[in-house]
Amino acid sequence: MTISIDPQKTNNESLQPKGWLRYFSFSLDHKVIGIQYLVCGFLFYLIGGTLASAIRIELASPMSDFMPRDVYNQVLTLHGTIMIFLWIVPVVNGAFGNYLIPFYVGARDMAFPRLNAVAFWLIPPSGLMLVASYFVEGAAQAGWTAYPPLSITTPQSGQIIWILSVLLLGGSSIFGGINFIATIIKLRRPGLKLMQLPMYCWAMLGTSLLVVLSTPVLAGTLILLSFDIIANTGFFNPVLGGNVVVYQHLFWFYSHPAVYIMVLPAFGLVSEILPVHARKPLFGYTTMVFSIMGIVVLGLVVWAHHMFTSGTPPWMRLFFTIATAFIAVPTGIKFFNWVATLWGGKISINSAILFSCGFIINFVFGGITGVALAQVPFDIHVHDTYFVVAHFHYIVYGGTVFIIFSSIYHWFPKVTGKMLNEKLGILHFIITFIGFNLCFAPQHWLGLNGMPRRVAEYDPQFQFVNQISSLGALLMAISTIPFLINVFLSVRNGQNAGDNPWNALTPEWLTSSPPPVENWEGEAPLVEEPYGYGKEISEQK
Amino acid sequence: MLNKNLYLILIISLVFAISFWIGFNVNLLPAEASINAPIYDELFKILFIIGLIIFIGMTIAVIYSLFKFRKRNDQIGDGIALEGNLSLEIVWTIIPSIIVLLIGLYSYNIYDRMGGMKELNHNHEMMSSNTEKIWAGISQTSDNEIAINNLSIEVSAMQFAFLFNYPKGNFISGELHVPVDQKVSMKMESKDVIHAFWVPEFRIKQDIIPGQPTILNFTPTKVGKYPIICAELCGPYHGGMRASIIVEEESDYNEWFNKNKKPEVNL
Repeated sequence: MTISIDPQKTNNESLQPKGWLRYFSFSLDHKVIGIQYLVCGFLFYLIGGTLASAIRIELASPMSDFMPRDVYNQVLTLHGTIMIFLWIVPVVNGAFGNYLIPFYVGARDMAFPRLNAVAFWLIPPSGLMLVASYFVEGAAQAGWTAYPPLSITTPQSGQIIWILSVLLLGGSSIFGGINFIATIIKLRRPGLKLMQLPMYCWAMLGTSLLVVLSTPVLAGTLILLSFDIIANTGFFNPVLGGNVVVYQHLFWFYSHPAVYIMVLPAFGLVSEILPVHARKPLFGYTTMVFSIMGIVVLGLVVWAHHMFTSGTPPWMRLFFTIATAFIAVPTGIKFFNWVATLWGGKISINSAILFSCGFIINFVFGGITGVALAQVPFDIHVHDTYFVVAHFHYIVYGGTVFIIFSSIYHWFPKVTGKMLNEKLGILHFIITFIGFNLCFAPQHWLGLNGMPRRVAEYDPQFQFVNQISSLGALLMAISTIPFLINVFLSVRNGQNAGDNPWNALTPEWLTSSPPPVENWEGEAPLVEEPYGYGKEISEQK
Repeated sequence: MLNKNLYLILIISLVFAISFWIGFNVNLLPAEASINAPIYDELFKILFIIGLIIFIGMTIAVIYSLFKFRKRNDQIGDGIALEGNLSLEIVWTIIPSIIVLLIGLYSYNIYDRMGGMKELNHNHEMMSSNTEKIWAGISQTSDNEIAINNLSIEVSAMQFAFLFNYPKGNFISGELHVPVDQKVSMKMESKDVIHAFWVPEFRIKQDIIPGQPTILNFTPTKVGKYPIICAELCGPYHGGMRASIIVEEESDYNEWFNKNKKPEVNL
């Protein structure tokens, strides 16, 4: 076992570049890889955000007048694919997972450092390939769902590049998942029990199980789809006797769990952030663990709720309604527990806690519309409309992206040894929160009243509400400016953070900031109570 | 302590009152123009009120905690070392479970009233091999009723238009005309990619799939002209793939039908 960890510390270390250059190298250090994931993901977030702005500019007027119609479809396809596969999944899993998990289990690195580096270095080329496909024959334009027969009949090179790119990213994700499972199970410091792990470890264990179980199904599906495109097979091509609904089943067997691959790590991260800033133990640790595992199990058997208007027999619709709605129970437990964690605390009001509370409010809203969408009769009217667009942006942006920002404010001092500026951070939160809700809340109404999704033109009666939404998108674009200024200023001459500015108890803070290559100078500390806030005081009394 | 509980009860009843008021007074839905629409709106109203109660309640709890339990400048140390409360956790597991289960059963009832749980004839097709396989859809009538119904329409969808074939009249129309208050049964099939048939005022939608016919039955209840919208991404002009459904009095419909009717061609 030690063989896979040791080489890095003996021979390779002297060969590794030092300073900022190491972020451009095939580094085996989990902390470097984590930052590589984060910065790379953020660059793609800026690209995906630019595409989103283009969509909102197009939709500011009812006619298709800003870009050609096929380019619009390419833009929405790239926007979805980039945001999911190159920003959210790599960042909440790869970036924070790599940086934090070895600290949390008391290890000096991940179980398979080389596999880890390979997993990261698959991302930049496949992302660049995806973006570059625009200049070939036009990028893929069948949406991120790539439903056949549309994906078979649209220009082929863009679609094939899209498939290749998603396959590589899926591979990266599987490598990462295997690595996290191995690290959490096998590399735990002696004496550290599973039920003493910080909650993010449990979230990553659940997420990685989902990744390993469901991503290969997507890979297989996309390979069959590529055969249909380039080798004229007929798996999903109705002209050759194929079945288009089979693709949807296989696609959503991955892509619904993918939602949990995007939100479960965020659930873990917020569970780390809230107790530190509220100065209270995480409420209901055990129920939190069971909730995560409950979400993992239920998350695997709900995929057909994306297909209530396709061909599914009535009994199947009923089963998937009940199964989907029941995910609200373990998810609800987590939200009640977070509010209970805040309750009675001594909460420092800062950017990290504000983004986390913004997450709770947004996600509760998205969860409520999610339970509504799980009901077949409700879904039939709003399926494939802007109601659904609004719902999932409340989950992935209002939920996960808010937590990514919260985590950046929380762990920036750990990574750099410098504090981020709080005033700019709070400004960032306010603009993001207002802009986000202004952009997506009105879209629920649009969907209910007859605006389908993925359209470049719409009924003129919807113009005013669409313009409000576009205004919100403008605010969201503006909100990145204070954030970027903040990061650049703070990296250069931010206030010195010290080793543990938040007085946190989780193991990553029990070392210097930034941490040494081997994470701790001496032996890894045994943290039996990562959330033991308030304990010493009561003992003194 | 008594005061605290009183305030809590007061706030909870206020949240309920506000949610019910909004639920009954704010209309977020378009006009109701089919039998399905009022049934749908009934479900919507219930989900809307429950959702509002939870959302407003949670938002108040978060904002109140941030305000009430914020760290004052002179404060040092931590909050209370409370790690959980089993009975509280059981309560907020069981209550949501019951709510979710009740909503599920209620929406099953709604779906049944909409005709969604009716067996489509794809169960019989196993016995006779020459009948076509009906894949999915919403059926308010039994198969026999559809067979004798005059208003069976064949819909074909293609990039980027709907065509409505009236077999009884032997003609094809680009506009869907139907008489008010009569059951309409549509068999839909796509010529190329997946499309979807959506009439927001009817609260119905069904994908139109190449190679697998789907059916959709509905009964319009209000005279007027409503949009038919394609709801599944089908190519560059997807946003422009729209048609109209015109719901008319029976006499107007018959007039339109007879005007377009073509004599049967005897071969």
